[in-house]
Amino acid sequence: MKGLKIIVLAKQVPDTRNVGKDAMKADGTVNRAVLPAIFNPEDLNALELALRVKDQIPGTIVTILTMGPGRAAEIIREGLYRGADGGILLTDRAFAGSDTLATSYALSQTIKEMGKFDLIIAGRQAIDGDTAQVGPQVAEKLGINQVTYVEEILQIEKSSIKARRRLDNGVETVKAPLPLLLTVNSSAPDCRSRNAKLLMKYKHARTVTERQDAAEDYLYLYDSRPFLNIQEMTVNEIQSTPEQLGLAGSPTKVKRIENVILQAKDAKRLTAADEGINDLMKELIESHVIG
Amino acid sequence: MNNLFVYCEVEDGVVADVSLELLTKGRSLANELKCQLEAVIIGSGLKEIEKQVIPYGADVVHIIDDPRLAPYTTAPHASVLIKLFQEEKPQIALMGATPIGRDLGPRVSSALHSGLTADCTSLEIGDHEDKKAGKTYKNLLYQIRPAFGGNIIAWIINPDCRPQMATVREGVMRKLIINDNYPAKVNHLEVSKYVSDTDFAVQIIERHLEKRKINIKGATIVVSGGYGVGSKENFKLLYELADLLGAEVGASRAAVDAGYADHERQIGQTGITVRPKLYIACGISGQVQHRAGMEESAQIISINTDPDAPINSLADYVITGDISEIIPKMIKYYKQNTK
Repeated sequence: MKGLKIIVLAKQVPDTRNVGKDAMKADGTVNRAVLPAIFNPEDLNALELALRVKDQIPGTIVTILTMGPGRAAEIIREGLYRGADGGILLTDRAFAGSDTLATSYALSQTIKEMGKFDLIIAGRQAIDGDTAQVGPQVAEKLGINQVTYVEEILQIEKSSIKARRRLDNGVETVKAPLPLLLTVNSSAPDCRSRNAKLLMKYKHARTVTERQDAAEDYLYLYDSRPFLNIQEMTVNEIQSTPEQLGLAGSPTKVKRIENVILQAKDAKRLTAADEGINDLMKELIESHVIG
Repeated sequence: MNNLFVYCEVEDGVVADVSLELLTKGRSLANELKCQLEAVIIGSGLKEIEKQVIPYGADVVHIIDDPRLAPYTTAPHASVLIKLFQEEKPQIALMGATPIGRDLGPRVSSALHSGLTADCTSLEIGDHEDKKAGKTYKNLLYQIRPAFGGNIIAWIINPDCRPQMATVREGVMRKLIINDNYPAKVNHLEVSKYVSDTDFAVQIIERHLEKRKINIKGATIVVSGGYGVGSKENFKLLYELADLLGAEVGASRAAVDAGYADHERQIGQTGITVRPKLYIACGISGQVQHRAGMEESAQIISINTDPDAPINSLADYVITGDISEIIPKMIKYYKQNTK
């Protein structure tokens, strides 16, 4: 069977799962600078499913597409270390303030520039928003079918695939024609770790912008080793109408944001001493809350 | 025209609770907006299905019934909603934040270029003034949800695009029958006008759905554990206490992510919302997403080694200490003092 062309949609996200005390500033706002930027966890599951197709069908090409600021090139390198063949960073001030709809527009217009593809695989949702919207919105804009909540690709045929979906209350096996977009749950296999050889190979992979800041010693590398060039695309390289980009292209607006400030109740404070626990239990039993 | 639409999910001939909850919320929003509430039911074998939704106050029930429309697949259901919304131009469209709603909603919003907000914890009607553009918008839907890891609460609006779309998790809103004989109009839609054969390219080969085994939503007492419980092993203490009290065991997202508890026990914005008589939070710090799923509990006990854990501000009783020490004491006292 001929290799497939697979695009993996990935996002660099602040690690909101590990918001420590220092992550909140004195005024109660979030100090983004101290939150580590990571490869969105379910996008790593998506990458793993793509790499498994590549293991199975030689000649498969896996390309990571991410939209974000310049530093998001980090996750493309992470993907290359794990076995992706290449990556594109879509980055431009014009995309700033995009909601999920404007994001899916920019991504789908970029995918149209990337030529023919068989599969697009994305994480179900990103941990900084949990919306699960960008995958289906991209599929709709490209006019292709979608299968969401996938945990395993069971079978690949010439023009279709079979996949298992993991839902809240069970599983479902579906067969869908290619080209197709899949979104992947965290119940899918974890992504393989970095490969030492690939790490050596791609250690100096850089975008054009990053190269401008790179040590001169390495600059000669990029002419002789084209695989070290991480492709960077801006709004100029895609077909787009400005009204659909960034803030202007986002139907949803944030009217107001409130920091979460807790109004403390008048709680009874107890220690682990026997007496306190016993009194509490006695009170709960007497008031018929328990018992 | 310009009414409030609720997409209703049906499984085995029964309308999902989340859809009835949204109809209830939709009814009160429609009253405020002085518009009609319209339900959309797409599926197979839907004879008399309207009887399940009309008591919640639907003015119009759109039904499209065809053997190919169940079980749910994306394209045909999306096609119905997209065409129906283009004809009817709803101002608001609501659906459950379920695997179906989260698959369907973005597809429809993308086609209609309308804004969609996921997992809202509250919906309100209000005005908006865009000072820059010098424009005032009346009666917008405020879509309120925690954001950015729950450190902030965001009020989202869609000033210019319609419908204003939002998804809401099961249990977040309450369902309430207003009148068993509510006067409603039933509108049977003709399948061929809304769906084409090419919409059935994705086939379901096999399906294994289980009825939910655990019923945290209906439990009167919930013993819930967080990351601070420390291990799956330590969670056994929670089960022991829960068994004794006739309670269910819940978990925070951090505990689920760490593998201490199953996903189906997750309480919070992206899990289940509970309103028990008693909520015992063990080793839960209390991020806002978790609180969104339990803050309406009648009484809350927080057991935490950190005396300043954010959850303590919600609690009626705060016990500072280690659960491995405290829960056995609770169990012991309970066994000795009840039959």
